[in-house]
Amino acid sequence: MQNRIANPVRPAFDKTERADDVIVNIGPSHPATHGTIQIIAALDGERVKRVDVHCGYLHRGFEKECESHTWANLIPYVDRLNYCSALINNFAYCEAVETLMGIEITPRCRYLRTLLSEYSRVADHLTCVAAALMELGAMTAFLYLVMIRDYIYEHLADLTGARVTYSYGRIGGLAHDLPEGWLKRLDEILGQYEVFVARIHGLVDRNRIFIDRMRDVGVISTADALDFGFTGPILRSTGVPRDLRRDTPYLAYAELDFDVPVGIKGDNYDRYYVRMREMDESVHMIRQLMDMLPEGPINVDDRRCTLPDKQLVYSEIESLINHFKLIMDGPQVPAGEVYRAHESANGELGFYIVSTGEGTPYKVHARAPSFVHMGGVHLMLEGYQLADMVPTFGSVNMIGGECDR
Amino acid sequence: MRSTTIPIRPADRPAPSSAFEYIATKKDELVGWARKFSLFPYPFVTACCAMEFMAVSATPYDTDRFGAALPRFSPRQSDLLMVVGTVTHKQAPILLKVYEQMCEPKWVMAFGVCATSGGFYQNYAALAGIDKIIPVDIYVPGCPPRPEMVIDGIMRLQEKIAASHHPILTKDF
Amino acid sequence: MAAVLDLLQQRLTGHVREASLVHGTLALIVAPGELLVVVQRLKTEFQFDIFLDVTAVDWLGQEPRFEVVYHFYSTRHFVRVRLKTRVAEADPTLDSLVSLYGSARYMERECHDMYGIVFRDNPDLRPILLYEGFVGHPLRKDYPKEQEQPLVPYRND
Repeated sequence: MQNRIANPVRPAFDKTERADDVIVNIGPSHPATHGTIQIIAALDGERVKRVDVHCGYLHRGFEKECESHTWANLIPYVDRLNYCSALINNFAYCEAVETLMGIEITPRCRYLRTLLSEYSRVADHLTCVAAALMELGAMTAFLYLVMIRDYIYEHLADLTGARVTYSYGRIGGLAHDLPEGWLKRLDEILGQYEVFVARIHGLVDRNRIFIDRMRDVGVISTADALDFGFTGPILRSTGVPRDLRRDTPYLAYAELDFDVPVGIKGDNYDRYYVRMREMDESVHMIRQLMDMLPEGPINVDDRRCTLPDKQLVYSEIESLINHFKLIMDGPQVPAGEVYRAHESANGELGFYIVSTGEGTPYKVHARAPSFVHMGGVHLMLEGYQLADMVPTFGSVNMIGGECDR
Repeated sequence: MRSTTIPIRPADRPAPSSAFEYIATKKDELVGWARKFSLFPYPFVTACCAMEFMAVSATPYDTDRFGAALPRFSPRQSDLLMVVGTVTHKQAPILLKVYEQMCEPKWVMAFGVCATSGGFYQNYAALAGIDKIIPVDIYVPGCPPRPEMVIDGIMRLQEKIAASHHPILTKDF
Repeated sequence: MAAVLDLLQQRLTGHVREASLVHGTLALIVAPGELLVVVQRLKTEFQFDIFLDVTAVDWLGQEPRFEVVYHFYSTRHFVRVRLKTRVAEADPTLDSLVSLYGSARYMERECHDMYGIVFRDNPDLRPILLYEGFVGHPLRKDYPKEQEQPLVPYRND
């Protein structure tokens, strides 16, 4: 006879107000919970009275790993936080370390990082919208969006070598420069993106079923959103045009012309539409950046963080030692602390790093938007139907790697 | 597939004839062929490998060509448990529960290097490979594996299913 | 932006031990008892309406051992501020910010899970990233990284 399997969580409630109410466990292995979230819901028929959201099923000890690897070795770990738009995590982390070291990246690197951040944002929103639509039953829309996302993945694989988790950012720059013909292919993909997204709009935007399922479902007010720390598309869907790229510009965003789309009511339909419009804005930004890209080196010429040229490593002793020290001990980051945040696809992704002057961090903390959103998602679930949980959760875009770190 | 069969005492049974053995082999081949081309995966999705799982289920790396496209989100209705992504110690009881709820015959695919061996998360939180708690039939390494690699894994699993013994009437036949 | 930070520094001098501008962010060091008062003023007078984050740094060997770090953001002035306070290992208790910000519930739970900081008045300090039955606080420097506490016994096939 099998021994009883341990229960890893303790629910917040195990009795309901009325004797007729039922407590249902949804997840953590569930198609609609996007990975691993457990929602314990008290239901009155189909109406959700109270929820208790449990995350942490993907807690992989990112912050503890950070304390035993060099600054440069952490880049693959950082990738796997928000794995849908891994490049944004890379660049946010690298920028935090570069600030502590007092390094300013080269202009070409700055524009390229901006371009790739926007490209990653498009991939992330495509994934979110595709999954949300699939869960509502729109299988065709899922296939269209995943097709475009696949083009983006293959294209980024041409650049970085990997499809999903790129590890392309480096402290002081990027791993390597763009290959031949990359920008031309980018242009083609952006053209195809427009074709595919027009189809999605046609299929879904004025579809009676879609509107019935998404309009006025999962509503959150601006006051509640700010109180519970929501940022990103969810905050913007309530009508507040807060975007770090516009409010506190970083990288090359100050030089770009773009709008910040906002919603009206803060419901699921608004979140879907804000994401679709943000993708269009990102494509617009990418087109501007393609023309603005200056020539020049990718990596800053600073021996503290940039690996020397391979030819020099094999011929000069100084470069050899430099290379060796950088790989074995890591770049020596001066003591201090810094908090740097980027506008990731879900909101404010911040890195708080504490250094004691060595090649390995003393502490790295990732301020993950998804985790904070999980604290407020109960507002969007309570009072609605059980079946509404599916599109609402899909529109929140909870990414497990980021939420649980 | 791990099976705990009751040992047969040879003296109780007459030696099977060659005709019987021929029929039994053909039965295994037929059932193996049917089972390998109608896999119903249970996508036990946790982390980044989910991106590649979505890519391999959609165009252009379609798993529908192999009969393995239709996911069944109930363990009672599925036969291939695809563990996609890192399994942490918190998630381990859930994985074991889902595995035990599946009916025989069932196969397990460890999708990604975190499910295979824990990946580069060797710490207090992550389970260093799902084979510590459930038996695994095919390991697909990669972080995340390319869709072609997943398809290769599915094809090898299909070869394994085709070549294995499928008792359908009793434990011996 | 600099104007708000100057104003902050002037108005809060009574409660704040130290204020410094670190890489563009104003960092204020407060005593644990003054925390709630300062945050209340930050929220009402200076419109720091988003509570971004709370985390802790384990300075093993120093007394007090834990430095709890808060970050706030103002959607009106577009600035961030960092608040730091120190608590001792023997009594790592601080006031909770749940009365001011709803997001404090989950973030303080995480800080408690990882470091063992107890937030008074937080109604719910159950483990959030870890699980029931996990002993210890993993992000403390004296918790070995590879010490696993499995919930499911391993197979021995």
